[in-house]
Amino acid sequence: MSAAAVASSGTPRGERLYWALLVLPCVFLGLFYVVPVINVLVMSVTVPRLGLSNYADLVANPAVRRVLWTTVRIGVLTTAITLLLGYIVAYALVHTSARQRQTLLAIVVASFWISVLIRAFAWVAILQSAGLVNSALMGLGLIDSPLQLVRNEVGVMIGMVHYMLPYAILPLYANMSGIDRSLVPAARALGATPAQAFRWVFLPMSLPGLIGAGIIVLIFSLGFYITPAILGGGKTIMVAEYISVQISETLRWGLAAMLATTLLASVLLLVFWLSRFMDVEAALRK
Amino acid sequence: MKDSLILAGIEKRYGDAVALQATDLEIKAGEFVTLLGPSGSGKTTILMSIAGFVPPSAGRILLDGQDVTGLPPERRNFGVVFQGYALFPHLTVNDNVGFPLRARGIRGADAQRKIDAVLDMAQLRAFARRLPRQLSGGQQQRVALARALVFEPELLLLDEPLSALDRALRKDFQAEFKAIHRQVGTTFIYVTHDQEEALTMSDRIVILDRGRILQSAPPSELYERPATEFVARFLGKSNFLRGRITRVADGMADLQCPALTSRVSVGRQDALAIGANAVAALRPEKVKLQRSEAPADGCSATGQVADITYLGSVIDVTLALADGTTLAATIPAGALALSEGETLVASWAPDAAILVEPDVERGA
Repeated sequence: MSAAAVASSGTPRGERLYWALLVLPCVFLGLFYVVPVINVLVMSVTVPRLGLSNYADLVANPAVRRVLWTTVRIGVLTTAITLLLGYIVAYALVHTSARQRQTLLAIVVASFWISVLIRAFAWVAILQSAGLVNSALMGLGLIDSPLQLVRNEVGVMIGMVHYMLPYAILPLYANMSGIDRSLVPAARALGATPAQAFRWVFLPMSLPGLIGAGIIVLIFSLGFYITPAILGGGKTIMVAEYISVQISETLRWGLAAMLATTLLASVLLLVFWLSRFMDVEAALRK
Repeated sequence: MKDSLILAGIEKRYGDAVALQATDLEIKAGEFVTLLGPSGSGKTTILMSIAGFVPPSAGRILLDGQDVTGLPPERRNFGVVFQGYALFPHLTVNDNVGFPLRARGIRGADAQRKIDAVLDMAQLRAFARRLPRQLSGGQQQRVALARALVFEPELLLLDEPLSALDRALRKDFQAEFKAIHRQVGTTFIYVTHDQEEALTMSDRIVILDRGRILQSAPPSELYERPATEFVARFLGKSNFLRGRITRVADGMADLQCPALTSRVSVGRQDALAIGANAVAALRPEKVKLQRSEAPADGCSATGQVADITYLGSVIDVTLALADGTTLAATIPAGALALSEGETLVASWAPDAAILVEPDVERGA
């Protein structure tokens, strides 16, 4: 009897093995993930003293408010730009020849392999005052003095969009490959211009992909640490970097725990809220 | 003539591969024309050129005397029913059918009136609020048809619309297409590889093979007087008598084959030389079987019954002839009590066998 047959036969021994395999990762996750997270939650209302004083800082502390606003602004803008660019790439991927698609997909996936740290430093080198972009533009006589492309929000967003693109492209590509290729020609044959066919047929059908990709990118963007820390150059501070400073430098652990809890809660709420739109996907499934 | 469609020498090449050789075709207003052929015959290429999706490499497409060759699909005002229907899954039946009106800027009560009329015609009124995936295959087919007709197109193009349906439903739709064609009076151009669909619905069938038109004629003429061996084989069943011409006179010829000699109708072939090799097509239902002597006109052959297939109203009989070839005959059931192995005389009227153009070797 083959191994597969033993496993699927549902003998008590096979079932025990099945549960054992399931329990191990659960215990691991519980010990090293759930417990620390609960710890953080508790810390946010107990350190330095019992109560909601840390949460009062969300409103009362201008520095905290500024960091949160920066985080939301950069997160939303990054998501919007990433979705727009990712949509174009995914659209091209779906509509190009099989051969070109392979090459393009390989390029998209390859960027997963490069460390986020290396990419951030590479962007600093490219974007700084004496970097590739500025010297090229000045060499061409297009600008007289270097543009400020790094150590500000522009730099942070360039780095983040670059990092997030594959996370947007792949779900969008998966969604778009599922759209029947005859629908846009059908719309054209029925009298729609290319723009109308896109707006009335392709775009609404790719909406589930856009929402899915948007959730992923926004969640990642809100908690982004390394890229904003390096490309923001200490001037543009997002919440993850701020938490890190509170933990390791100013030692205000309660404040850090409160911000971490707030971030986690916001993300969960966001997922919950957006997942209601994901019914769209079920509705479109044939 | 109003709305006649003329294809003047249209041709489609992909690099060195020829999908469609230079083709001329004229379709009259209100005609139901079927493009029939196996896959790769060029029938879909013609349809997609007319629709505007495949720009021809050469030639022109004229509608009502106007050159439409360069027009994009949305400016042609042709209805198209796609293979697999291509219904918009995110829109209700009502909105699917209303789509062409929306694209033409027709909205509100005006649009709804047209939608309701065509939904009534397609018996879909009760399903107006449903999404396509909530419909059966047959209902989806009706939505596709209603959607293609709602804007009263000058031409309706149908690309194998019944290929996804089961046999019984296909038969129902053949009758329905015919009825709708009569009702709306629009020109129908129908692409299929199914000979039965072509025979039952069309005013005219255009048979294609390997990128060229072999014959274009009403169904009965195509069946009775096929021009080529391919047409005779593709449309119904046929025996092929292969031999040499021994005499030509008055539109008839004598064809001498190894196992038999037959008078044959010359058909379309004009230049016939004595002694030339030729092929004649003979429909099995034109072959009579008897035990007695052959009739005097000489269109007969003697053979042994090799196979009997009972088909209800008729019987298919295969005779093995002296030269090792076979002859198929379809006779009314009960006309003759047959047993395998017995010797029978097959005979046919002198004009039942028709000379056809032999097949060119495939591949090469």
